[in-house]
Amino acid sequence: MKNKQISIFIENKEGKLKKAIEVLSKEKINIRALSIADTTKFGILRLIVSDNEKAKNILEKNNFVVKENEVIVVEVPDKPDGLNTILGYLDDKNINVEYIYAFVSKKTNEAIVVMRLEDIDNGIKVLKENNANILTPEDIKEY
Amino acid sequence: MVWNEKFECMDSEEKKKLQLRRLQETVKKTYDNVPFYKKKFDDIGIKPKDIKSLEDIDKIPFTTKTDLQDAYPFGMFAVPEEEIIEIHTTSGTTSKPTVSGYTEKDIEIWAEVSARAVVMALGTKRDRIQNCYGYGLFTGGFGIHYGCHKLGATVVPISAGNTKRQIEVMQDFQSTILTCTPSYALYLAEVLEKEGLNPEEISLKSGILGAEMWTEEMRDELEKRLGIVALNIYGLTEIIGPGVAQECQEKVGLHISDDHFYPEIIDSKTMQPLEDGEKGELVLTTLTREGMPIIRFRTKDITSLTHETCDCGRTLARMSRITGRSDDMLKVRGVIVFPSQIERALLKIDGLTPNYQIVVTRPKNLDELEVKVETSKELFSDEMRKMEAIEDNISTIIQKEIGLRVNVTLVEPKSLPRSEGKAVRVIDERNFE
Ligand SMILES: [Zn+2]
Repeated sequence: MKNKQISIFIENKEGKLKKAIEVLSKEKINIRALSIADTTKFGILRLIVSDNEKAKNILEKNNFVVKENEVIVVEVPDKPDGLNTILGYLDDKNINVEYIYAFVSKKTNEAIVVMRLEDIDNGIKVLKENNANILTPEDIKEY
Repeated sequence: MVWNEKFECMDSEEKKKLQLRRLQETVKKTYDNVPFYKKKFDDIGIKPKDIKSLEDIDKIPFTTKTDLQDAYPFGMFAVPEEEIIEIHTTSGTTSKPTVSGYTEKDIEIWAEVSARAVVMALGTKRDRIQNCYGYGLFTGGFGIHYGCHKLGATVVPISAGNTKRQIEVMQDFQSTILTCTPSYALYLAEVLEKEGLNPEEISLKSGILGAEMWTEEMRDELEKRLGIVALNIYGLTEIIGPGVAQECQEKVGLHISDDHFYPEIIDSKTMQPLEDGEKGELVLTTLTREGMPIIRFRTKDITSLTHETCDCGRTLARMSRITGRSDDMLKVRGVIVFPSQIERALLKIDGLTPNYQIVVTRPKNLDELEVKVETSKELFSDEMRKMEAIEDNISTIIQKEIGLRVNVTLVEPKSLPRSEGKAVRVIDERNFE
């Protein structure tokens, strides 16, 4: 039920983000989801890609610092309070959300969010209990 | 006004005779009493009697900061310990500090040259000097303190820090002369403005500013904002402390009390003496000190000399404003920083390589220190909160080492220039010209 995400340190310099993306596309690695968090000094690029190992290797070869983390990918019901409901489940059980980002599925109308939780196992358990649709790596491939 | 006309305005031939006599005495004193100097002289086969003219000084080897550190704590003292009445040290944190020991006469000399400095900065018996240099093991405030006593002026020994109190005292006591670093003076100006106080509402007329490099632009700024005549003071613990040299209100260089401290300028690469007007490293020899006479001390400070009589009437040699350091030692906001200190701090952090670069800038006339370090797999986190905590942590560790707040910037691995011979660790973008 867990998905793997890679994060990349991006120096705050022109062209650095572009270079990371370029390196991946040259290797024909598909980016399924993407988010950037940044300060004035640096950024963190988070990606879900088609081939983590390949992506990590090629990025590291190009002097990027890369880290792999486990995240949960969840479908959000297409309702006004869809995301709020999902977050509510976690909040009720005091499970901290470090960050979330969304991407849109090609297949359905549902939005999909990537969540990084402090306690991922507990998070999965809680979401399952509440019948949230947690996506597997296989599921994501089709999106 | 001149504090000691006899010496400050002495005829140059007479001065040279005095300097030679004192140099010969100092050389003999060190040769007889300081094993370090005896060995230095013996190693190259010269004796004190070989110093027959002032020019002969270049037969004598230099004394370096390392020599003084090696002698820690009392190895350079030239008198029995019971004659030492005060000790100060440099703030050296990379290795052992340099210790300076003062006899009663040394303190008297320090008071004398500092009194000259205060008078050059418009001080009289009737002035109140707010002395914001630190009082402690570092020499900072003491020279001015003793100098004010000698002059009979009122010294307010407020020491450094506590800006709110500084401003209260400045108003309540109607301080007329301010002594501090130029950057602190600027900070005081900012705070005064914030409190809605005009220069006319405070009584300051002059500032004795030093302990860091500063520019003419900074002088203009301070003079305008504080309504003062801003004058440069220079000194170093190894020689005696602040007060070795001071600008008069002509603002054409700092008068070195060269009846007590003999100045030379050398090319720091060839070690050859340079002429008046040529820029090079300042080398100082104490001519009268008893506790710790020092011969040909390499200050690393870059300046030039002139021996022309100043419009103020003083014949003391003048050094130009210091424009740099001959090594990579940095002075940031008056604090000495060695790149090696930063390196040492970085090495305390797991996952950091000691690949770093220090960038010193001076936006708005205040020094800013940025340290760029390369991130690594171990350090990197996908969580912003953790990354910011890492930057803060690095900054705190460096601050503990050097005593200054720094701005830490993480950069990509292997993105900083690698050593090709000597690594470029420091980029000083401040302009002191
Ligand atoms: Zn003058």
